[in-house]
Amino acid sequence: MKHSTRIVVGPVQFRIGSDWRAPVAALERLYAGYPQDPARAADATVRLFAARPWRRWLRPSVQIGGDFVVPDALPLPLSMGLLAAEMGMNLQVALGWRRHLLLHASAVARDGRSVLMSGVSGSGKSTLAALLGEGDWRLMGDEFTLIDPASGDALAFPRAVSLKNEAIAEMAARVDAARLGPLLAGTPKGDIRHLIPRADAVAAMHEPARPALLLFPRFGGATAIERLGEGEAFVRLTEASTNYTALGEAGFEALTRLVRAVPAFGISYPDSAAGLALVEQLWAEVER
Amino acid sequence: MADPVYRAAPVEALRVERLGELTAIFDRRSMQTHLVVSPLPEVLEAMSGEACNAALLAARLAASFDLPDAAETRAILGERLRELASLGLVAPDEA
Repeated sequence: MKHSTRIVVGPVQFRIGSDWRAPVAALERLYAGYPQDPARAADATVRLFAARPWRRWLRPSVQIGGDFVVPDALPLPLSMGLLAAEMGMNLQVALGWRRHLLLHASAVARDGRSVLMSGVSGSGKSTLAALLGEGDWRLMGDEFTLIDPASGDALAFPRAVSLKNEAIAEMAARVDAARLGPLLAGTPKGDIRHLIPRADAVAAMHEPARPALLLFPRFGGATAIERLGEGEAFVRLTEASTNYTALGEAGFEALTRLVRAVPAFGISYPDSAAGLALVEQLWAEVER
Repeated sequence: MADPVYRAAPVEALRVERLGELTAIFDRRSMQTHLVVSPLPEVLEAMSGEACNAALLAARLAASFDLPDAAETRAILGERLRELASLGLVAPDEA
């Protein structure tokens, strides 16, 4: 690869190589404030390469590769190289990570205890976490949370937050423009703009936080809270985990312990303000 | 009616965790997780890793539970044993 960089996000050291300078430069800007550990071997490798050799110059398009590949992944135009890099990083972690139970969940922490929010794309888990992370919460991650099978603690994976569509304007109104990446308009996932987490969240990314509240948010509809039993939370989290099966009994143990120890709720909310209020309300209840 | 004998998975092959109304069972042999509801966990526990038919199970369970009359209980337990067999948690006894 002509261009490459290394990025540490939580426990994962990435090596990202690219046929072009632009995606690497964009990543280096987003991750400039992250700690570096160049002596450490990479845990995951992401490659952004030209779909066809001549395409590097003529209508450049980015193919994603690495230790794991998805054969039918579409090449993206070079202007979306940053999205390709993000997708590549997600893919390598989702398919390759074995040290922790990986949950498709955002997370925030306060006083060493964490709220995990699990949901599909569009559930609002990412936006809620980003908004909480601008208040008096530490953003642990907007997409993945890792559970340490040994301790049961949640580990942060605070990659640059991937803001989508309406969330872009909502966050842009609140944060310094220097913390926003370039607008990637009209991607297969809609408009995307990355948000650099606050410096304190990045600095604390290696500090684990004990899970205290498990939420399954659903954006849209009237405000509602539904208490979920241990069994239902377990089922939902097996579906939300990319490596539950691969971890075998360690994953089973980590997940049964998590759902027993942590109260779980499904929440519905019509807008971000209502969602934030629900999180604070339920947090106050578990704190009691 | 035939009352086939099933052999339970060895106790050490299964990890059984109650999660409220559901019970999660991890099968160390297949690495599969099964989610079951009552009375399947109770049936497995009563078999305690041994070979059992519905009649023997009914006798064991009657010690702890208030069960309907013998024929009905055997029919129900025979059905539950077939379900456990479909999950691979018990197997028809070949012996």
